[in-house]
Amino acid sequence: MATQQTRSLARFMMAPSVILLFVWMIVPLLFTLWFSFQQYNPLNPMRDGFVGFSNYALFYSNPAFLYSILNTLTIVVSVLVITVVGGILLAMLLDQPIWGQGIVRILVISPFFVMPPVAALVWKNMIMHPQYGVFADIARFFGAQPIDWFGQHPLTAVILIVAWQWLPFATLILLTSLQSLDGEQKEAAEMDGAGFLSRFWYLTLPHMSRAITVVILIQTIFLLSIYAEILVTTNGGPGYASTNLPFLVYQKALLEFKIGQASAGGVIAVILANIVAFFAMRAVGKNLDK
Amino acid sequence: MARAVTTQHKTIATAAAWIVALLIFFPILYTIITSFKSEQEAIQGFNLIPSGTFESYSEVQQQSGYFKFFFNSVLLSVGSTILALIVAVPAAWSMAFSPSKRTKDILMWMLSTKMMPAVAVLFPIYLIFRDSGLLDSRIGLTVMLMLINLPIVVWMLYTYFREIPGEILEAARMDGASLWNEIIYVLTPMAVPGIASTMLLNIILAWNEAFWTIRLTTTNAAPLTAFISSFSSPQGLFWAKLSAASTLAIAPILIMGWFSQKQLVRGLTFGAVK
Repeated sequence: MATQQTRSLARFMMAPSVILLFVWMIVPLLFTLWFSFQQYNPLNPMRDGFVGFSNYALFYSNPAFLYSILNTLTIVVSVLVITVVGGILLAMLLDQPIWGQGIVRILVISPFFVMPPVAALVWKNMIMHPQYGVFADIARFFGAQPIDWFGQHPLTAVILIVAWQWLPFATLILLTSLQSLDGEQKEAAEMDGAGFLSRFWYLTLPHMSRAITVVILIQTIFLLSIYAEILVTTNGGPGYASTNLPFLVYQKALLEFKIGQASAGGVIAVILANIVAFFAMRAVGKNLDK
Repeated sequence: MARAVTTQHKTIATAAAWIVALLIFFPILYTIITSFKSEQEAIQGFNLIPSGTFESYSEVQQQSGYFKFFFNSVLLSVGSTILALIVAVPAAWSMAFSPSKRTKDILMWMLSTKMMPAVAVLFPIYLIFRDSGLLDSRIGLTVMLMLINLPIVVWMLYTYFREIPGEILEAARMDGASLWNEIIYVLTPMAVPGIASTMLLNIILAWNEAFWTIRLTTTNAAPLTAFISSFSSPQGLFWAKLSAASTLAIAPILIMGWFSQKQLVRGLTFGAVK
């Protein structure tokens, strides 16, 4: 069916997307790779030149680097645990027959549509503010000392905000998956006297496993590059307490103009993302063969 | 007996679901409530009933020209989405209807570009933008947002187009329809719902994009993401104003989002969960 003509037409129709994405991805990435082996500072052009791996060495020896990697992973893992466990529980709750299900769904999904700076600033000022926030009001109501979230537990605060943003996503996808579970299977299991826990463990969880994998992979991609939430709340501080890798690279590149080091950090971020991407592609790719 | 248990079960489930849902929604609800308070009220402790003043809304516009940022957000998100569709529709089309051995590889490669962390290309992009005068320009940012979302757009369209039965095409061909007639009269009407959902989701993603929109703009092309971020250093009493600005920034997208729940699942899981 595919004649020479339709095939070349197909190629012609695909070309703009492929070329645009190729140029957008490969060219800047090559620049970054090149800069990562250079000494380059737009403010001090006298000392420019090839420096081998010393940018990488500098980036490693910088204490901020270790912090940023640890913080990046802490954010990813904590948010994943909160959203996947919370999402499973919430999806199972919303899968029950309830009055006003449509409205409940809308309320639960809403945080996902809130742009990151708004989400972060609302939490920072309205909820977690040590003086005027709702948490402080609650603490005072019980006669406790309000917590200075961003001063004392900056990373926890960032994690809470990000988890709030992503819990709806996990819930929605897990709920979609749960609703495709065959009702007859559930009934059969119930008839056979399977209790709630064994039904959950042997029927519901395996059925959701694919959706859980997808949630984990997609969230990881986005969570590895959390940026705005940190910028508007803690600005990476105090010290490096809430600096993640993207934030550190941004600081090095656009605030300190240490382009070489920033590029080395960028390359490391790519490597980190590639490890995740490898698994993500396999999971999504399987679906294509169906 | 069984029925009574069911009703009881439903009552408990309903109560639990509503409590959890309201807790999750609370930060948004409280922001909306606070936006109708005066600055004095906003800091007087927990209070769910505002005096109903629109003061903050008009102040946000007067002090910082709020609607310029709002307009930029609309322009950037809608503009980048339309651009992406123009480029992506033919590509997704050809992949769905005349797939070759390499189609799958190309799709996977496109997906992989989405996984590249933005910071990895921050400085080169910044340089390219600076040297071609695109920093803080609406055109530059529109192109940027289009490129960021292009993989998702191609993927979503592809999964929709693939569901259009190929037999219809063959039938049209048998009846002697030319390729263009086939596209215009047979396929387009069937593809419109898929294109519309893709558009909706993509506008939402572009509207909320908060890395490039903040880093590549200063004032002229700055959308709401950049404007809201300027509230990160508090200036005096600003709780009610922050709430008003936030409410306006999220309201249109929240409403669009409610209508796109299904497409969201499909689009963001690249068709892996439907």
